[in-house]
Amino acid sequence: MVMSEATDSPLASQAQKSLEHENIETGEPKMRARDVDVYYGQKKAIDGVNIDVFTEFVTAFIGPSGCGKSTFLRALNRMNDTIPSARVTGTIELDGEDIYASGMDVVQLRARVGMVFQKPNPFPKSIYENIAYGPKIHGLAENKADLDVMVEKSLRRAGLWEEVKDRLDDSGTALSGGQQQRLCIARAIAVDPEVILMDEPCSALDPIATAKIEELIDELRGRYGIVIVTHSMQQAARVSQRTAFFHLGHLVEYGHTSDIFTNPAEKRTQDYITGRYG
Amino acid sequence: MSASTLILLVLGLGLAGWLAARSRATMFRRESKGRIASLPTYHAWYAALWIVIPTLLFALVWGQIADQLVIQQVLASPAASELPAFGMQRETMLAEARAVATGAAPGVFNPEAAGLVQPFEDALTRYNIIGLVVTLLIALAGGAWAFLRLKPDFRAHTRVERTVMMALLIASLVAILTTLGIVASLVFETIRFFGMVNPIDFLTGIHWSPNPMTDGSNPDPDRYGAVPLFWGTFFIGVVIAMIVAIPLGMMSAIYLNQYAAPRVRTWLKPALEILAGVPTVVYGYFAALTIAPAIRDFAIMLGVQNPSSESALAAGLVMGVMIIPFVSSMADDSIAAVPQAMKDGSLAMGATQNETIKRVLVPAALPGIVAGIMLAISRAIGETMIVVMAASATARLSANPLEAMTTVTYQIVANLTGEASMDSASTLAAFALGFVLFLVTLVLNIIALRIVKRFREAYE
Amino acid sequence: MSDMVENIRPTRTPAFEARLKKRYASERRFKALGLGAILFSIAVLVFLLVTMALNGFGGFQRTELRVPVDFAAAPVSVPADAADERAVVQSLERQGLRDIITFSATEAFGEEGAAQLNSESWRIVAQEIAEDPSLARGQQEFWLPTSEDLASAYAGDGSAELQPLAQQLTEQGHLEDNLDLGFLERADATDPQLVGIWGALKGSILTMIVTLLLAFPIGVLAALYLEEYAPKNRWTDLIEVSINNLAAVPSIIFGLLGLAVFLWIFPSYRSAPLIGGMTLALMTMPVIVIAGRNAIKAVPPSIRDGALAIGASPVQVVFHHVLPLALPGILTGTIIGMARALGETAPLLLIGMRAFVASPPQGFTDNATVLPMQIFLWSDEIDRGFVERTSAAIIVLLVFLLLMNGLAIYLRNRFEKKW
Repeated sequence: MVMSEATDSPLASQAQKSLEHENIETGEPKMRARDVDVYYGQKKAIDGVNIDVFTEFVTAFIGPSGCGKSTFLRALNRMNDTIPSARVTGTIELDGEDIYASGMDVVQLRARVGMVFQKPNPFPKSIYENIAYGPKIHGLAENKADLDVMVEKSLRRAGLWEEVKDRLDDSGTALSGGQQQRLCIARAIAVDPEVILMDEPCSALDPIATAKIEELIDELRGRYGIVIVTHSMQQAARVSQRTAFFHLGHLVEYGHTSDIFTNPAEKRTQDYITGRYG
Repeated sequence: MSASTLILLVLGLGLAGWLAARSRATMFRRESKGRIASLPTYHAWYAALWIVIPTLLFALVWGQIADQLVIQQVLASPAASELPAFGMQRETMLAEARAVATGAAPGVFNPEAAGLVQPFEDALTRYNIIGLVVTLLIALAGGAWAFLRLKPDFRAHTRVERTVMMALLIASLVAILTTLGIVASLVFETIRFFGMVNPIDFLTGIHWSPNPMTDGSNPDPDRYGAVPLFWGTFFIGVVIAMIVAIPLGMMSAIYLNQYAAPRVRTWLKPALEILAGVPTVVYGYFAALTIAPAIRDFAIMLGVQNPSSESALAAGLVMGVMIIPFVSSMADDSIAAVPQAMKDGSLAMGATQNETIKRVLVPAALPGIVAGIMLAISRAIGETMIVVMAASATARLSANPLEAMTTVTYQIVANLTGEASMDSASTLAAFALGFVLFLVTLVLNIIALRIVKRFREAYE
Repeated sequence: MSDMVENIRPTRTPAFEARLKKRYASERRFKALGLGAILFSIAVLVFLLVTMALNGFGGFQRTELRVPVDFAAAPVSVPADAADERAVVQSLERQGLRDIITFSATEAFGEEGAAQLNSESWRIVAQEIAEDPSLARGQQEFWLPTSEDLASAYAGDGSAELQPLAQQLTEQGHLEDNLDLGFLERADATDPQLVGIWGALKGSILTMIVTLLLAFPIGVLAALYLEEYAPKNRWTDLIEVSINNLAAVPSIIFGLLGLAVFLWIFPSYRSAPLIGGMTLALMTMPVIVIAGRNAIKAVPPSIRDGALAIGASPVQVVFHHVLPLALPGILTGTIIGMARALGETAPLLLIGMRAFVASPPQGFTDNATVLPMQIFLWSDEIDRGFVERTSAAIIVLLVFLLLMNGLAIYLRNRFEKKW
């Protein structure tokens, strides 16, 4: 195992900082994937993935482009169902229940497992209405007063309240890119999910907005299980406590973030994080 | 010499010029060993254009003038002194004599016209010969001019191309000319009408019963109030038709767009479009033959006394069905234009499909949908045949769909297809109505297109 | 942070599950509504077509009487040197063919029956003899149309007095409904037993020819100009706006324009295909321009670049390269525009093509009518015979439109190139 190269990189120091969070006591994994394959028609995009997602940790999926990270992420809340040729085999469990079983209600699943997309996609409604949408359709608020409370709570948790509290009726699309993404995160939080999936949430944002979101992710950790797909290894090192490295549809290595970045078990992982290939 | 023979002659001359010019140009090319400015075909077209275009222009003009000259000559002849001084009798006799002279009719009805036949024949022969000779002269002149210019260094292709471009530009200007023509003719007649009936009376009066026979140029302004017509058009075309078309059109579009399997969609969508392809006269007949009596029977069943068989409901229902594809097609396009990311965002939150459609997609697509409805309304209020065949001539201000009422388009037809002269108030009133219709549909269309444009930009 | 775990997430309560059920029920209802809307719309269309077909079926038939004529007993001679059919008919009329037919009919069905023979029957016999003189010899049998009254009685409507006669004649095998393909060859008439749509059909064809000859070149050239050469200035915008607006103007406005302008220029051609064609051309031209522009836009710039790079002039690029590739799209749009013009009635109503025209037009400047107008004119008649004929005419019109649209779709599919 090649250790010296890895331990000296800036990544390593980042990862060391997260180390303190990595050894928290955990309960059962919130979501568990075993032997998951994902097919698009005949093409196999994901091959034999086994992974656990814990509420207490932020889990990062890293790997070169096109290696299936987003595909696997979308399997976790059955967004692949919207693609006719997609097929998932193996088991993915949420609190012990197979989410692909026929008894599992996909609408409820998506309320429990939220998603934030790569390009912010606020609805063309007011900021208030964007947040209120989820609670309204799921019937989570009894009256307007409840709804107001929920909207404020979500916006506060997403760190956006101070910036928009005086203009809740403005259109959600009028905000800056970073604010829009925080709005989308607030929207996902509003239904009180158990897991939040984030598909490269910062790739369309500038560094300042990125920093804000990473801060937010850290605050949300523990309340919601967070899975973040990211192109940036530095981000993964900053933000996550568990990291999974994907390559060509395979889960090559999964473990503590600090280990992955300082002491990877697989050579492929090592090559990737040292920049041998992108 | 009939028009078609003349045209064929001109084309033949053009062809002759084309061939002659080409052979001469080919000869030049051979002599100067392939170094001439333009290909022989271009020289050929140059010559042909110089022959054909002037002669065609002359022919157009001559056609108008010659008629007048012939009539003048005939009137100068002794037999014409028997004719009445003016009026329909005179026109008829002239027409008959002319018909015999040209061989279109075997004989005349009026004996006085018989004497005019010979002068007509003389005049026609004379002017036909003149026309033919001038045509040939012009053709030769044009050909000669083109030939003189034909030299090895002559850039025929630039000339020809410029002519082609000119033709393209003129073709495009036809569109502007048409619009101008519509506006000008409508405005002109409308102004004449407003000289007889005050515009305020027209636009706000509620009593409509023009009398084509007696009104002439001194109409009673109280009888030209167009409000019942506007109401009828609105009630039938906007209220009743849209009550049918909007729900059916929107739900069809939503189903086709969001729920239907692609194979189902390929069949159902064209089937819906067929509704727009059925001629309106067929819809009108169907409304009058089947729907109106059914409504009448239904009204009797409800206990209505003396229900009309020309009810607004009959026309409105059928019109609504015809409009369905207009609404559904625009709605379909608008919903499809909403980015997939928005739909995904809603689904990822656990919304059901209909919640996503109702709360996210339709509001996002609303501008396009509204524009589609505006275009549909514009189509409905301009519709003529359905109302002419299924609605009535009675102007009535009523909100009861079972009663008969009339519309703007019906009255335009009714007042222009009668015996009244082109100067009477009722005829001019029809033009005024047409002008109002034109303005309203124009405004609706412009607003609708502007909405669509801005809406598309928002999503690009 | 993780000490704020709430006991039960709101999305896992039984209340949530109950709401979910309702939401799914609502989803099913919504989807059913959508499907219902489409099916209802198509059902109305089918209902319309079936109604027309059922009514029109009778329009292609004619109630006829079988009249045996013995020319041996009442000879007629066909003039050998007759100039045309009209002369033969006149000659036969002079020879008393009318009485011969009446007499033969009386012999066959009695006076009452003979009285119900159509008054124009003798002319039909005369026309047939003119075509085939051998029919004027020996024993012949002619199926001739009845009067409209008897035809109604035969169908079960009309006067009750004639119904026994109709029944009797039917039982004797003299009275029948026969296929009447002559419907497609005759012109308009006042008697539904004698009407045909050929006059209107020919008028439509002539009008369409005028429309096509005017609208197609102007439309294509304008489309070429706007897409290939027009500079981006206010004039071009004005042209574009004009065309887009014209495409949406109600058709009756074009009738007003035709009335005001064309009839002012050509006052004597009131009901002529020439004027009708010009009016419809103005209406069809914007459709062709828009279709043409779309077709031309679809030709990729790489083809233009390649041609220009070889040194082709702009005119050559357009006429040698772009136009041939855009032609299928242009043709499709043209056919669709022409189909729309074929079914138009309102503008032609205003310019006066609603005359009763008893013989087919010979040229572009003769009085004529068009098929949708003929339908409109007949629609006022409540006589059952006319209802059937009107529906039959509608069927013919719809068949033509179906063929044209089918051709357009076929062209579009056949030539749809995937760049």
